[in-house]
Amino acid sequence: MEKETKQFTVSVYTENNIGLLNRISAIFQRRHINIESINSSVSEIESVSRWTLVVNLSEEQMKKIIGQIDKQVEVIKAYYHTEEEIIYQESCIFKMRSDLLFDERQIQNIIKDSNARIVTVNRDFFVIEKSGRKEEIEMLQRELSVFGIMQFTRSGRISVSKDEMKISKMLETFNH
Amino acid sequence: MQTKTIQNTQKAVQKTERISGSEAVVRCLLAEGVDILYGYPGGAIMPIYDELYKYQDKIHHVLTRHEQGATHSAQGYARISGKVGVAMATSGPGATNLITGIADAQIDSTPMVCITGQVASHLLGSDAFQETDIVGISTPVTKWNHQITKASEIPEVLAKAFYIAKSGRPGPVLIDITKDAQFEEFDFSYKKCTGVRSYKPVPETDPNSLKAAAELINNAKKPLVVWGQGIILSEAEEAFKAFIEKAGIPSAWTILGVSAIPTEHPLNVGMLGMHGNYAPNVLTNECDVLIAIGMRFDDRVTGNLDKYAKQAKVIHFEIDPAEVDKNVKTDVAILGDAKASLESILPLINKNSHPDWHQKFKDLYAIEYEKVIKHDLHPTKEGLTMGEVLHQINLESKGEAAIVSDVGQHQMIACRYAKFNQTKSNITSGGLGTMGFGLPAAIGAKMAAPERQVVSISGDGGYQMTIQELGTIFQQKTAVKIVVLNNDFLGMVRQWQQLFFDKRYASTEMTNPDFVAIAKGYYINARRVTKREELAEAVKEMMQSKEAYFLEVCVEKEGNVFPMVPSGASVSDIRLS
Ligand SMILES: Cc1ncc(C[n+]2csc(CCOP(=O)(O)OP(=O)(O)O)c2C)c(N)n1
Repeated sequence: MEKETKQFTVSVYTENNIGLLNRISAIFQRRHINIESINSSVSEIESVSRWTLVVNLSEEQMKKIIGQIDKQVEVIKAYYHTEEEIIYQESCIFKMRSDLLFDERQIQNIIKDSNARIVTVNRDFFVIEKSGRKEEIEMLQRELSVFGIMQFTRSGRISVSKDEMKISKMLETFNH
Repeated sequence: MQTKTIQNTQKAVQKTERISGSEAVVRCLLAEGVDILYGYPGGAIMPIYDELYKYQDKIHHVLTRHEQGATHSAQGYARISGKVGVAMATSGPGATNLITGIADAQIDSTPMVCITGQVASHLLGSDAFQETDIVGISTPVTKWNHQITKASEIPEVLAKAFYIAKSGRPGPVLIDITKDAQFEEFDFSYKKCTGVRSYKPVPETDPNSLKAAAELINNAKKPLVVWGQGIILSEAEEAFKAFIEKAGIPSAWTILGVSAIPTEHPLNVGMLGMHGNYAPNVLTNECDVLIAIGMRFDDRVTGNLDKYAKQAKVIHFEIDPAEVDKNVKTDVAILGDAKASLESILPLINKNSHPDWHQKFKDLYAIEYEKVIKHDLHPTKEGLTMGEVLHQINLESKGEAAIVSDVGQHQMIACRYAKFNQTKSNITSGGLGTMGFGLPAAIGAKMAAPERQVVSISGDGGYQMTIQELGTIFQQKTAVKIVVLNNDFLGMVRQWQQLFFDKRYASTEMTNPDFVAIAKGYYINARRVTKREELAEAVKEMMQSKEAYFLEVCVEKEGNVFPMVPSGASVSDIRLS
């Protein structure tokens, strides 16, 4: 019986090592779980990477997968969160034809109202950047698509948890 | 005295010296106490082989006939000794041939370090001759893996490899070394690894969980212990015995757990799972507290999870937190090392004996004996049974032999009927069920424990998957005893075809070669038995032989292994015929 699925944000603190992406993504792949988005970056701790993944699955599955991720030698700690437990942002950019900027007044309003920002303008095209929650980005995309979007791309989610993640403390307890 | 020598060698290896990467590999192996390794050479690992030539008085390289054989031999070595097994191969096909053994070691938690050669680093990713992305390929089946492209990384990475392979829940590690790194010179010094940041091999044990478990155990009327290899891996045999004896709990085993306590121990109530014993399977669904120790509720053990021990409170002693609640929901999880946990819980446990509960096991055993065991071990019908061969081996070995089995009906029969007095004596491929495992694993086991009798038991199918390792046995003069139970079928598959596919024997009948002639071709003493009257004498001759010995026993063609829990059924729906 399929259990009810939910969206979870997974945060993984890891050593900064080659090959780990392969190991972690394989854990999802084996269970036929699609990774909606993935982001890897430096973290607040030197030489520790932080990964943010967004996945849809049941909480029971999520718990088991966190156990499997945590078990990897180079993973310091893995957490999963529901949307209410985190503050998150995603970012996206749109490339559009420059003449729209001058011919379609509406576009300027949309940019202003959505708190997006124009990154660059040249003769042929201009680029808009927007950071925010998923729904805000989707709304902006819907509004702009009426005018024709030349290119659109969106980043993985980045998030911080409302609760503390005691990574530094945890690192002290690992023996060196 | 002892400590002094250790300190001296520590000092000796710590001063630096300019040597090549390949010499460093050999020095690291020596520093880790490796004196034997299994492998197969080739272009990308030749520098290391060249160094091994120089160090052949200190480290014995066993040339197997196939890289898969090297991994299984390393596994056999590791399983019987508790040490890390080492296997080595060249890049490309050599490396990919290791994968089956690595996957097998991963699922059976066997400590193993595999070293592969790799093309020079400037060729990486160019589809160079014999280049494969072995790190990518082996990722899902290793506990850890790493590619070295600079000689200076060798000491630290190898130290880490051995530490990770052996610590916590053990497993296989693969280290891939580019050819240029093998040639490069650097200032060598070696320090053993004692910890890796981000890796906690043994989780902390919560004292409250021990208390909660003790309370459940002390109040249980019908407790059942199910134990697995975790007991053997954490060397908890004595602590385990003390625990079950004090609490008086009937205890059943998974096939990797058997031999942790002697077969004849009065609290040993037999094997769990698909071809396990009647009593422990049926009574799993009757016990009130199920105490799982160092086992992971594999589906071959549990049958249908929806009908598994639903009435019982479950206590799980486990080193790997990811195993807790993975298959069976637990009421109390005791994380940590089995030995330490069992020692800590002992004082909290009341002395008990549960005589009525034990009687139920005896009653069900009597039924199984009448319906199955008697006919397996003491048949009166024509046609030799696999069980009677095991019975003869038991009589000769007196429970002192290590039994290495392959995969199939003979494996289930070997696990069900072999008698063990010593721990680490049942070596078989449990989780992966790898045909071809038995013969090469027996080589490793015999080399790790030359003073012991090592008997390999294979079917005619699996034997032919790694039959070429007879060459290794001959060359190394490894005195293993090789038994092939020949039924001219891929027996286990044929049994399923008979029971579940209307006897449609699709591609399971085997026309076999003259196995005795093949063994003799490798200069190994060999004999074939086709009649019951010859069996006892032949087994005796084999067991008394000082050298390797091959015994083919032609057994009944369509014998079946019972009891059986058909897949998808509940353990209490176990069939006796
Ligand atoms: C490498 C591999 N291939 C296929 C199987 C599937 N399999 C499981 S048991 C079995 C039959 C084994 O036959 P044999 O070795 O003759 O032993 P028997 O069952 O007759 O004792 C097969 C084909 C396997 N376990 N491993």
